[in-house]
Amino acid sequence: MTVKITIDGQEVNARAGDNIVDVAAQNGVYIPTLCYTRGKPCLGTCRTCSVKVNGSVMAACTIPVREGMEIDVNGDEITDMRKALVELLFAEGNHNCPSCEKSGRCELQATGYEVKMMVSRFPYRFTPHPVDHASRSIWLERDRCIFCQRCVDFVRDKETNQKIFSINGRGTYARIEIDVELANKMPADQVREAAELCPVGCIIDKTQGYDVPIGKRKFEVKSIRERALGGGHR
Amino acid sequence: MSRKLIIDPVSKIEGHGKVVVMMDDNNQVTDAKLHVVEFRGFEKFIQGHPYWEAPMLLQRICGICFVSHHLCGAKALDDMVGVGYSTGTPMLPTPEKVRRLAHYAQQLQSHVTAYFYCIVPDMLFGMDAAPQQRNVVGLVEADPELVKRVVALRKWGQEGIKSVLGKRMHGINSIPGGVNQNLSQEARDRLVNGEDGLISLDQVIDYAQDGLKVFKDFHDKNRAEVDAFAEVPALNMCLVDEKGNVDYYHGKMRIIDKDKNIIEELDYHDYLDYFSEATEEWSYMKFPFLKAHGREAGSVRVGPLARVNVTKSYDDSCPLAKAALEEFHDYTKGKANDMTLHTNWARAIEILHSAEQMKVLLNDPDLQKEDLILTPVDNAWTGEGVGVVEAPRGTLLHHYRANKEGNITFANLVVATTQNNTVMNRTVRSVADSYLGGKEQAEITEGLMNAIEVGIRAYDPCLSCATHAMGQMPLVVKVLGADGKMIDEKYRCAS
Ligand code: SF4
Ligand code: SF4
Ligand SMILES: [Fe+2]
Repeated sequence: MTVKITIDGQEVNARAGDNIVDVAAQNGVYIPTLCYTRGKPCLGTCRTCSVKVNGSVMAACTIPVREGMEIDVNGDEITDMRKALVELLFAEGNHNCPSCEKSGRCELQATGYEVKMMVSRFPYRFTPHPVDHASRSIWLERDRCIFCQRCVDFVRDKETNQKIFSINGRGTYARIEIDVELANKMPADQVREAAELCPVGCIIDKTQGYDVPIGKRKFEVKSIRERALGGGHR
Repeated sequence: MSRKLIIDPVSKIEGHGKVVVMMDDNNQVTDAKLHVVEFRGFEKFIQGHPYWEAPMLLQRICGICFVSHHLCGAKALDDMVGVGYSTGTPMLPTPEKVRRLAHYAQQLQSHVTAYFYCIVPDMLFGMDAAPQQRNVVGLVEADPELVKRVVALRKWGQEGIKSVLGKRMHGINSIPGGVNQNLSQEARDRLVNGEDGLISLDQVIDYAQDGLKVFKDFHDKNRAEVDAFAEVPALNMCLVDEKGNVDYYHGKMRIIDKDKNIIEELDYHDYLDYFSEATEEWSYMKFPFLKAHGREAGSVRVGPLARVNVTKSYDDSCPLAKAALEEFHDYTKGKANDMTLHTNWARAIEILHSAEQMKVLLNDPDLQKEDLILTPVDNAWTGEGVGVVEAPRGTLLHHYRANKEGNITFANLVVATTQNNTVMNRTVRSVADSYLGGKEQAEITEGLMNAIEVGIRAYDPCLSCATHAMGQMPLVVKVLGADGKMIDEKYRCAS
């Protein structure tokens, strides 16, 4: 069934039930996302895709379109709100892009550029996050985790379908955990996929690093915006 | 009454220094101390991080010799993963040559900047000229054509760095066991043939001789002053190849004395067995020295002057630099040259040497080959690595250890400026002596301040990175009596 909605005042047709992020993208409007991956169930954890739906702030990836919805994506207030959310993610972790292996391929970094963030307006917390490098082929750099939960939901033991990653603790004490035993059973390509799936440089494949030269890295070749608007899997 | 002169830069930037001159009741200089604030935070900061981040992070120590830091770290990581020199594994030709190319490009760029922006104005206008003139702005007015060539040369050097590391500054190319890209044919052709806004390799070789001409001219006119300025003894050290000539990327550490006898030669992996570091309560920077020779006799000079002293000859593939080096050697008749201002002569020679070495590499098809990385075999991990290169300012060392999970547990960096600490102090003392020694009224003249600045600058220490743009070290000079009361005071600001 087709419904009519407006995005930033433009009337567009959409398939009922599609989420706002996808519909906006189909119509050339980019909404930044960090936890949402097209084709995978929505997680709704990062809130980076916040838009106003009929005046209320909502996470666009979690909302299916309905007839008559008025969606404000690029209004000044909501744009700044999204920027603030990204800044909070930087303020919460300890991010040092210049030496980070994920740099150039990192969705948080790329989104930071997209929302035109220069520096966080919030004080950096400098919370120490102990690393976990115990597994054979994964560095777990907790300083960079944004708790998107992609790994928690989508990376599972091939045999048992058990979760390999989990989040332990709540609020400021939350931390990502890795089941070293299961992680050590992960085949190389699954490690690679997990590292790809993590939007930031928290899950890093120990066997392959800095292999793509500067200028040729993922988001340098094609920006995160272009990828989001281009459809298909990012 | 004994007095203390304190010369302190007012600048608040990292890496500044201050000079204290001690005098006794007979108006003799008894000591001179150069304080350099060294930022050691990086060695701590890297701990607990994955080992492979070290060369990426630690190159941020410097905005000028970052390629040297990057390569030094990379060599340490080669060792650590089990494919480095410590394991007896030779590097693949392509990655080694790519690394070298970037390193020579940086040396060209760094030397050209230090030499023309900071040192040449002193030579052209004289040490007593007004500070407003003694900088690159003054140079632009005096010789705009020269400055145009200098700018073009720098730009070409930066382009060389960028072609390999992906960025003009703080790029990434070296990874454990090799590099992540070769030099593309396209980039190679651009560096050789030039393009709009970029000079060609032939022009580079031509322009790279300017520095020598400027020095020679200056030297001819001021021979006595130049030669007598802070002639200070020190051993000379650099990395050498099998022939005993400087190798900026890899080799043994060779140390020679005044008569050019080899007094030590070591595999740099054993540096801890040979070197010790003295500390002084008045300085943040350590004083390395050769254990076997003691604190005073065993301190070494590194950098351009040390390298041309150690080197017997350059390769035939670098004929212009080779001839220039011969002339340099003839000047001191086979003895090591201890004249501080001849460091600038050496630097000018090395500008040309870097350019000619790049010419050789740019004509080497190995740089376009695809075999980029040596993958370690299982269980090759050693968990420890040492890298040494000849950075523009001298021998640079990175030493890391990591645990079995790959976290860095220890990092030690010995930078060239630290190696030169003792000889820089000797230089400052020598300058102070010649200006103040025996004078009733130990007045801090403009001339003294300038001379101290010129002496320090010959080493192009890292503290000067911060003041490159200005072309002048901001200074404040204080004279204190033994009772701590100020007798005299003089300021010099950066602008
Ligand atoms: S995870 Fe992304 S944002 Fe964080 S340091 Fe790495 S590249 Fe930068
Ligand atoms: S480790 Fe990566 S994928 Fe997992 S929750 Fe953290 S940021 Fe998300
Ligand atoms: Fe430096």
